[in-house]
Amino acid sequence: MGYDPENPMKDRITDIGPPHYEKMFPQVIKDNYGKWLYHEIVKPGVLKHVSETGAECYTVRVGCARLVSVEYIREVCDIADKHCDGSVRWTTRNNVEFMVDAESKVQPLLDDLASRGNKFPVGGTGACVSNVVHTQGWIHCHTPATDASGVVKAVMDELFDHFTNMDLPAKCKVALACCLNMCGAVHCSDIAILGIHRKPPMVDHDAITGLCEIPLAIASCPLGAVKPATVKDSSGKEIKSVKVNAERCMFCGNCYTMCPAMPLADPEGSGIAILVGGKVSNTRSGPTFSKLVIPFLPNTPPRWPETVAAVKKILEAWAANARKYERVGEWAERIGWEKFFEITEIPFTDKSIDDYRLAYDTWRTTTQFKFTSHIK
Amino acid sequence: MPKHDTPLMDELEKGPWPSFVSDLKRQAEKSPQCWDIVGQMELSYKDRMTHWKHGGIVGVFGYGGGIVGRYSDVPDKFPGVAHFHTVRLNQPSSKFYRTDLLRKLCDLWEKRGSGMTNLHGSTGDLILLGTKTEELEPLFYELTHDLEWDLGGSGSNLRTPACCIGKARCEWACYDTQAACYAMTMKYQDEIHRPAFPYKFKFKFSGCANDCVAALARSDLSAIGTWRDNIRIDQAEVKNYLSGANKANGGGTPAKGDKFDIQKEVIDLCPTGCMWMEGDTLKIDDAECTRCMHCLNVMPKALRPGLDQGASLLMGAKAPILDGAQLGTLIVPFIKMDPENEFEELVDVIEKCWDYWMENGKNRERLGETIQRVGLPTFLRVMEIEPIPQHVREPRSNPYVFWREEEVEGGWQRDIKEFRKKHAQ
Repeated sequence: MGYDPENPMKDRITDIGPPHYEKMFPQVIKDNYGKWLYHEIVKPGVLKHVSETGAECYTVRVGCARLVSVEYIREVCDIADKHCDGSVRWTTRNNVEFMVDAESKVQPLLDDLASRGNKFPVGGTGACVSNVVHTQGWIHCHTPATDASGVVKAVMDELFDHFTNMDLPAKCKVALACCLNMCGAVHCSDIAILGIHRKPPMVDHDAITGLCEIPLAIASCPLGAVKPATVKDSSGKEIKSVKVNAERCMFCGNCYTMCPAMPLADPEGSGIAILVGGKVSNTRSGPTFSKLVIPFLPNTPPRWPETVAAVKKILEAWAANARKYERVGEWAERIGWEKFFEITEIPFTDKSIDDYRLAYDTWRTTTQFKFTSHIK
Repeated sequence: MPKHDTPLMDELEKGPWPSFVSDLKRQAEKSPQCWDIVGQMELSYKDRMTHWKHGGIVGVFGYGGGIVGRYSDVPDKFPGVAHFHTVRLNQPSSKFYRTDLLRKLCDLWEKRGSGMTNLHGSTGDLILLGTKTEELEPLFYELTHDLEWDLGGSGSNLRTPACCIGKARCEWACYDTQAACYAMTMKYQDEIHRPAFPYKFKFKFSGCANDCVAALARSDLSAIGTWRDNIRIDQAEVKNYLSGANKANGGGTPAKGDKFDIQKEVIDLCPTGCMWMEGDTLKIDDAECTRCMHCLNVMPKALRPGLDQGASLLMGAKAPILDGAQLGTLIVPFIKMDPENEFEELVDVIEKCWDYWMENGKNRERLGETIQRVGLPTFLRVMEIEPIPQHVREPRSNPYVFWREEEVEGGWQRDIKEFRKKHAQ
């Protein structure tokens, strides 16, 4: 038996939810649930948790491309069966974690992982650059301004030593979103890579009437740049469409999300912006948004050298200058953003000055500033 | 489907980080349509543009979401990705898996789809990446009957909830995040599978203020664990940090300075300055502590959360579209999170919020934008929550204050003639 298309509601099971988490635990997790006392990072990528019962759980964290095949998952399962009694987990940053219940089982696991080429790099703990939270890009999405998987691979190749070591002042979370819908964590990461457009949408007057609910496209614009209009299509027939006021458009692409007849992607116009200084944790300074410091870098597949260089330069400037425990945003706030731009040698442009709604709150309303090379 | 010439994609097989291109090619040996994934990606790399058509509406009977439809705009060149729909599976809380279940899933997905996945989507779902419309119902049938596994959410509904690792393997979890995540997922299956909201709505559950699932930034309702009594101090372990026997930050920040300096690394970094040393004894004025987690993070062996535990609820986080990005706003400073009463206090907050937002939220307006539009005072009133100083970072500075008529003596109905008797024009 199986699905019967003649009788689609027959035997249909719905609303059963996910598999229950308790059935997924390794024994040491099941036995010590809620009893953990403390943890240590034994070395990069290896965690040790100690329970009130005296039990120990060793976790080996490995990098993962997120976009993975079932062949890869089967290989993960082989490793978990051989070393971890058939359990494995993924983290909130899409790394894989293998857990064992004794110190003696750690080295054989590490040796096995190392024997499999570059598929399972161990790291991502402590003051490091862990995995890059990222989106679909050109592998699956219709609104991206850049790719996700390729840019992330290029960046992680360059920052690889910071994944496998803990040599930074604090953790540095890097995220990527391929458009400003920001699926994921771009608005709250230490260093964020964001796909942006720089050309207003084209309007396909021949298609718009049949494809779009025009009031939705109008309401989708944060700046009121989309207006209803009566125009002639290519056959000379009058139709209801929209007009885009190009001076008011800042290329967010939200009208295209709503209306397939308003595409805006462009090989030269679209590219990448870099934002820095966001964080989610409430430690010390509390959560903050990341701020735009580089308004545009070109899309240069397959390895995006300009983007990779910019991320590396920001990371290294922070690593050399920040105090222990200081996240990128905490460092930039302490030294002042004028110093951030000077130290990172990023040219400051008007694109970094906010001009949207509550912009005034971000301007400088004090005489407190530092003299930097920017003041001529 | 044949192999394509892919010089640009081949470049991404170099370097130390795991290559998605190598992995795609390995899968293509078993699932030849993967050659077309690589082929279409190569074309996108050449054209510097996506080659997916706009949108796509597909699904399974009974549900209004869970599957994201997608079609290639070059199906003649790459017939293997002419249809390339993704299927969202609701992941188990905190993403632990048994390998027998994963292997069954791999077999099913190899039979019914491309063999490619995302582990995991940003919201938490296990994503099956790429299949045809005619495979969706058989896939769903086998998924529910053979694997006892359901779809996640998409569209204007409750999306798949997610949580941190919680009590499973963390000493700081102040409530059972997995249990809360699972209980809310099961309680609101209808709201996940059948869109009934003005727009999407997300839940995330973090066990402490470190917020490992980024609830405060990435969910309309975030429950973040905390405590309201005193931090538990083990003074003997404090001395072990002072002597260097214990490594600061669990050994996670070894590069900057070898010798632990409690004054510099803990006391001076405390945001409220509520810690001090008396000899080699650490003191904390807990009434002044805002539970930021810094001292616990640095000295995990010596400091533990208090015992009177629960969660803070923050609401309204969202990405920029439409009116700008928002972080969660503190709405409920502390509630108990009790699996025994099925998280009754949390459920009460959720349902009050939904009752109001489902009625008053505009089309495609996230909760955070509704709160901005109607104002936090109005939202607190409909939530039947008394305003307290904790609801603001600072009081307003403009004097544009609304008063309701019933708050003002004599009301608003006045007679200008009465006024003129005392005050001539």
